[in-house]
Amino acid sequence: MNLTLEIWRQPNAKAEGKFETYVVKDVSTESSFLEMLDILNTQLIHQGIEPVAFDHDCREGICGACSLRINGHAHGPESEVTTCQLHMRNFKDGDKIVIEPWRSRAFPVIKDLVVDRTAYETILQAGGFVSVNTGGVPDANAIPIAKDDAEESMDAAACIGCGACAATCKNGSAMLFVAARVSSLAKLPQGQVEGARRAKAMVAKMDELGFGNCTNTGACQAECPKGITINHIARLNREYLKAKFRS
Amino acid sequence: MSGSIFTSSIGKKMFMSISGCILILFLTFHMCMNLALAISNDAYNAICGFLGANWYAVAATVALALVVVLHFALAIVLTIQNRKARGSIRYRVTKRENGVEWSSKNMLVLGFVVIIGLGLHLAHFWYKMMFAELMGAHEVAVGAAMVAPTDGAAIVRYYFAQWPYLVLYLVWFAGLWLHLTHGVWSMMHSIGLNSKVWFKRMKCISTIVATLVCGGFALCAIVIFLQENFGILVF
Repeated sequence: MNLTLEIWRQPNAKAEGKFETYVVKDVSTESSFLEMLDILNTQLIHQGIEPVAFDHDCREGICGACSLRINGHAHGPESEVTTCQLHMRNFKDGDKIVIEPWRSRAFPVIKDLVVDRTAYETILQAGGFVSVNTGGVPDANAIPIAKDDAEESMDAAACIGCGACAATCKNGSAMLFVAARVSSLAKLPQGQVEGARRAKAMVAKMDELGFGNCTNTGACQAECPKGITINHIARLNREYLKAKFRS
Repeated sequence: MSGSIFTSSIGKKMFMSISGCILILFLTFHMCMNLALAISNDAYNAICGFLGANWYAVAATVALALVVVLHFALAIVLTIQNRKARGSIRYRVTKRENGVEWSSKNMLVLGFVVIIGLGLHLAHFWYKMMFAELMGAHEVAVGAAMVAPTDGAAIVRYYFAQWPYLVLYLVWFAGLWLHLTHGVWSMMHSIGLNSKVWFKRMKCISTIVATLVCGGFALCAIVIFLQENFGILVF
């Protein structure tokens, strides 16, 4: 198939960016979206044009490196997949595809489609971990955990920190990301020990970094490639308010 | 390290929720009071007499006004912060995300509709009833007639009998309905009273509450219009 791509080009963080139009030919419907961009970059290199910079790593939907806003959707039109899992069979010959970087004040563009997502790492460093001694690997049923709790924890732990939530939210809020991290640990006994400190520290860091306020639109859960729901945001609100009132 | 609850994003949403909850409770009471008017002028005037220029009613009115100001001021602050967080460059292509309600993304716009309607309501009714009583007025002009400020039923019936006012108020109630369909469940969500099990139930409760409150207001206005103009539905 032949496609017309409108891609955001920006030489560096300080330069002005603009959309450039490229035509990419003979793309297989079997190829992934990132492979299609690889084909485009090969074309550009042959033409003596700077290739398009974009983030990618594992290309199997688990690392959270790929991003991209494709035709108005984070990670493209298919639900619950990352850009690297998006295949060209979702597009038709002759389609025009608009590719933009994440837009959020906390995610500044570094180059072309690459944004700086250090802010998420900084939030994690504020409390998204277990620092108490939990001992060695326990026997499977040494600490009984209800099945529903374990499942909810695992659902939240599926967050890959790609930034689609904050980039989609009209408020630029990172609540779904923080909620997923707090929630996955709050549902397990190992994580509950530091639950109050974690919720307070991560929310404070999120606010400090300039993310917006959640207004429960649910846009983040609609675009999350891992299907993380805003029920976790309710849990974060509960954990945070409980921690604040107790202290 | 963890900052103040008053300045944190979740803290501000909590105050938004609490103020919203107080306003919903007041709206529910007001709707019930209005329904009394559709049944009996005397019943409505008796409630108005109870809520007239008494100290407790004035104190409650002032408290309510402060809650409205807090709710609205927080909405403005949150919107300004959110626009800043979004950044200056917007997406070229925007599409509505699956399952996202229009009202949830336009709460401030709907809030303005509610505030404009509130201004109209205050000018038509509160100014000619409680305020006039507080100012010691014995009569107020309602159209060409002079009516006692204690005769709230006559004042309300005068406005609801005219279709342009009826339409204006119905538009207001529709805006309020949209605001509440998101606002009620969002209020519970923001203070953490929601979960995987309760999520759909909360949304359903939200629609029921919004429909009962706004439907009650609309029903009262329509019944009065029909009573005054066609002499039907008179109890």
